[in-house]
Amino acid sequence: MSDTDTTERDMAEAGEQLSTAPREDLTTGGGPTLGVIGWIRWFWRQLTSMRVALILLFLLSLGAIPGSLIPQNSVDDLKVRTFKEQHEVLAPIYDRLQLFDVYSSVWFSAIYILLFVSLIGCIVPRSRQFAGQLRGRPPAAPMRLTRLPAYTTWRTEAAPEEVREAALAMLRKRRFRAHAVDDAVAAEKGYLREVGNLVFHIALIVMLVAFAMGQLFKSEGGKLIIEGGGFANTLTQYDDFSSGSLFSTDELAPFSFTLNRFTGTYETGGPQRGTPRTFEADVTYSQGGGVRKRSVIRVNEPLEIGGSKVYLISHGYAPVVTVKDGKGVTVFRGAVPLLPIDNNITSTGVIKVMDGYRDKSGKKVQLGFPAFFVPTYAGKGQGQMFSQFPGLAFPALNLSAYQGDLRVDGGLPQNVYQLDTSKMKPFKDASGQIFKKTLIPGETMTLPQGAGSITFEKEIKEWASFKIAQQPGNGLALAGAIAAIAGLAGSLFIQRRRVWVRAVRGDASTGGLTVVEMAGLGRSESAKLPEELAELAATLHSVAPTAPEADEADERAEQ
Amino acid sequence: MNLAAATNESLAEMSNVLVYSAMAVYTLAFLAHIAEWVLGSRSKVGRTAAALTTPAAPKVRVRTAGQGGGTAVLDKPKVVTRSASGSRDVPDGPGAAGGDQKGDLYGRIAVSLTTLAFLVEAAAVVARALSVQRAPWGNMYEFSLTFSTVAVGAYLAFLVAGKNVRWMGLLLVTTVLLDLGVATTWLYTDSDQLVPALHSYWLWIHVSTAIFCGAVFYLGAVATLLYLFRDAYENKLASGGTPSGFARSVLERLPAAATLDKFAYRVNAAVFPLWTFTIIAGAIWAGDAWGRYWGWDAKEVWSFITWVAYAAYLHARATAGWKGRKAAYVALIAFACWLFNYYGVNIFVNSLHSYAGV
Ligand code: HEM
Repeated sequence: MSDTDTTERDMAEAGEQLSTAPREDLTTGGGPTLGVIGWIRWFWRQLTSMRVALILLFLLSLGAIPGSLIPQNSVDDLKVRTFKEQHEVLAPIYDRLQLFDVYSSVWFSAIYILLFVSLIGCIVPRSRQFAGQLRGRPPAAPMRLTRLPAYTTWRTEAAPEEVREAALAMLRKRRFRAHAVDDAVAAEKGYLREVGNLVFHIALIVMLVAFAMGQLFKSEGGKLIIEGGGFANTLTQYDDFSSGSLFSTDELAPFSFTLNRFTGTYETGGPQRGTPRTFEADVTYSQGGGVRKRSVIRVNEPLEIGGSKVYLISHGYAPVVTVKDGKGVTVFRGAVPLLPIDNNITSTGVIKVMDGYRDKSGKKVQLGFPAFFVPTYAGKGQGQMFSQFPGLAFPALNLSAYQGDLRVDGGLPQNVYQLDTSKMKPFKDASGQIFKKTLIPGETMTLPQGAGSITFEKEIKEWASFKIAQQPGNGLALAGAIAAIAGLAGSLFIQRRRVWVRAVRGDASTGGLTVVEMAGLGRSESAKLPEELAELAATLHSVAPTAPEADEADERAEQ
Repeated sequence: MNLAAATNESLAEMSNVLVYSAMAVYTLAFLAHIAEWVLGSRSKVGRTAAALTTPAAPKVRVRTAGQGGGTAVLDKPKVVTRSASGSRDVPDGPGAAGGDQKGDLYGRIAVSLTTLAFLVEAAAVVARALSVQRAPWGNMYEFSLTFSTVAVGAYLAFLVAGKNVRWMGLLLVTTVLLDLGVATTWLYTDSDQLVPALHSYWLWIHVSTAIFCGAVFYLGAVATLLYLFRDAYENKLASGGTPSGFARSVLERLPAAATLDKFAYRVNAAVFPLWTFTIIAGAIWAGDAWGRYWGWDAKEVWSFITWVAYAAYLHARATAGWKGRKAAYVALIAFACWLFNYYGVNIFVNSLHSYAGV
């Protein structure tokens, strides 16, 4: 029994400090007994232990789940609103638990902050310990090398000192850190594994810092631009805008651009008819009032101006219409962007005439034309008003008309693509139905009772919507990511291992020959370890070959 | 209809025929594996039980050098390996054929058929790629097809490299058939071009590594699962219990628990850096395509969860009290996360990722 005990201890010493993993103390069950400081120490030790790191990693992945199943404000706030309307009971509970903002919630932040405190608390002592290991030397050979994962032995006529010297030279030549202790040579290699591991964990911190920077200082906003229209990078020009809490508007890079042309091409035949081929936004931009340059923005190919990136997000059509009043005076003329609702760009929206229009009695009223636009019309009486193809092959515009109060002046935020009909009355046709007409370019719809007309002009513009984003820390995040992968590869693919070579003068039973024993121990079990040991043994064997007499003796003994 | 479209269609047609052919050959391989296991069950080897009931320290012998006439040519000294302290020293099982010659023959036939099926399936992937003139990873059907091809390819690569992995043949072929069945019946999508959002060389980089990681993680998961069974079996034997007939017949022929565990760890650890890279490549692509490199989109979230789960697995293996079975459970959870990221997110969750509509 005591024999196995000493062997175990022997083995433990041989494997000592083969990594910088924190020591696991399974036996300490209860808390400390040393008052406040003791408790703080205890808590710190717990926090920086592998077990707690493991639990925190678990919690982090568990905590990330709800955010993927429940709509998130940061991803799609429209969906969140719909969800809230549909779930009157659940929504307030979710709200309280911050389940609509999981990734910025207090509890999710708490998990990853704890994890990163734990990480720092882990890295610092591990680096110190590793520095110590670099200064120290591999431990002496354990008593019974046969217990190690890889082992070999033979007898040779060479003297023990000779063998040890040869072993030391061989191991050093192969970049092992080797030294002779007592009757054996102890060697170690693969310290880069630890370096890789530390680099990886430090890189995680670097990445976190980069993300935090990005979140705090970022800004992003959207802008829809009709061909010929432009944008200057100031807050008021954005359709929507959001920014990190430390962002200030004077950090907006000064630039402007104009959308000259948007081109979308689509497969025109075959089974893939209608599939988008190219989307290109031809723009002219200038930075800080400097020279104007031309560029093309594509999906996946944003335009970078002064640290900001301009992404092409979506596109659609903006039919040009002219609205005249009963007297034939033009009260509105312009391109009205409509929103696509399917892949063939069937689009809807509203043409709103805010002012300038007076009805027959001379009263100021507003007009609203709910519009349905298809770039490729199936033809009259061909089912519903759905587009057959995303390109402009046979455009048609279906309109109805309302008059009254658009309610845009009330100060309430209003969706420009929807008509609030609460204060409006539709024009009716002779049979009392809502007045409706489908126009092709150049056609005019005359409103009943001489109320005016609306013309669908031959010119149809396209619009493109852009996202303008500015986020510092990207370079740092990328550097961290590359370091993380490199460190990880080092940490997982490099073996840290020890090799011992013992050479002693044998007793009478060996015929006074030298007994050479070699053994290897790795941080984790590896198939390469025995291979490497075999190779080392072969090299050493060529210096100290097996004694032939021993062979015969061995064979005789075996018979 | 233009000519190019017609050739494309016939290529797509050919790809479909090849997929069905591959399924037929996989079915034959499946049957051959079954024959291997059935025939192998006749030979009762009982090595595990013997090893566990008579624990003997491995005998270390001095390697005798080979003699060759006058000038002695000396062999290399032989290295004896033994498991690290703390783990059982159980030899690996004899494999599915259990030493039975006929069983072994069927096993070899199964491997040959699997190789043939792999080549046919790979051809199907190539034909599909040619028909759509892009990387064949635009939708779940294509993804599933490539996924099983790569999994089988990795398995065959292990065999070629001389690794002992034939024990997973039956399970692998079965799941490949399931995967292809699901792909052809529910996920089938006509060959189609990509929308501009997917027009990026990052598609090649990001999606190919994602598929590769999934396929190899899958092999790791199979080994982990079998490890759990085999470990329970060894535990039972070691504590003097009698395992069920199934365990004695099937589990007995598997490699030792320690071997399975090691294999699973190596596979998972080797792929983890690549998985990390996959996520980072995805983030870079998202940065170009959507204007933010990380937006907590469902697919991103689940990639992250999978990543953290595998990191937890690697940590568990280095944590006292979590090695062995508990770490194995973590590994299985991690793979379940990967699967959910693939099937679950695409089917149940709305995500920006374009094949979300299946
Ligand atoms: C941000 C979360 C973390 C992640 C994603 C992470 C990831 C990893 C990975 C992938 C490995 C595998 C390398 C290997 O097996 O050699 C590893 C190893 C390691 N980690 Fe972490 N880690 C994290 C936090 C921590 C923390 C908080 C600690 C300290 C308590 C820690 C301590 C260690 C140690 C000691 C190893 C080496 C284990 C060994 O030598 O086998 N890690 N980590």
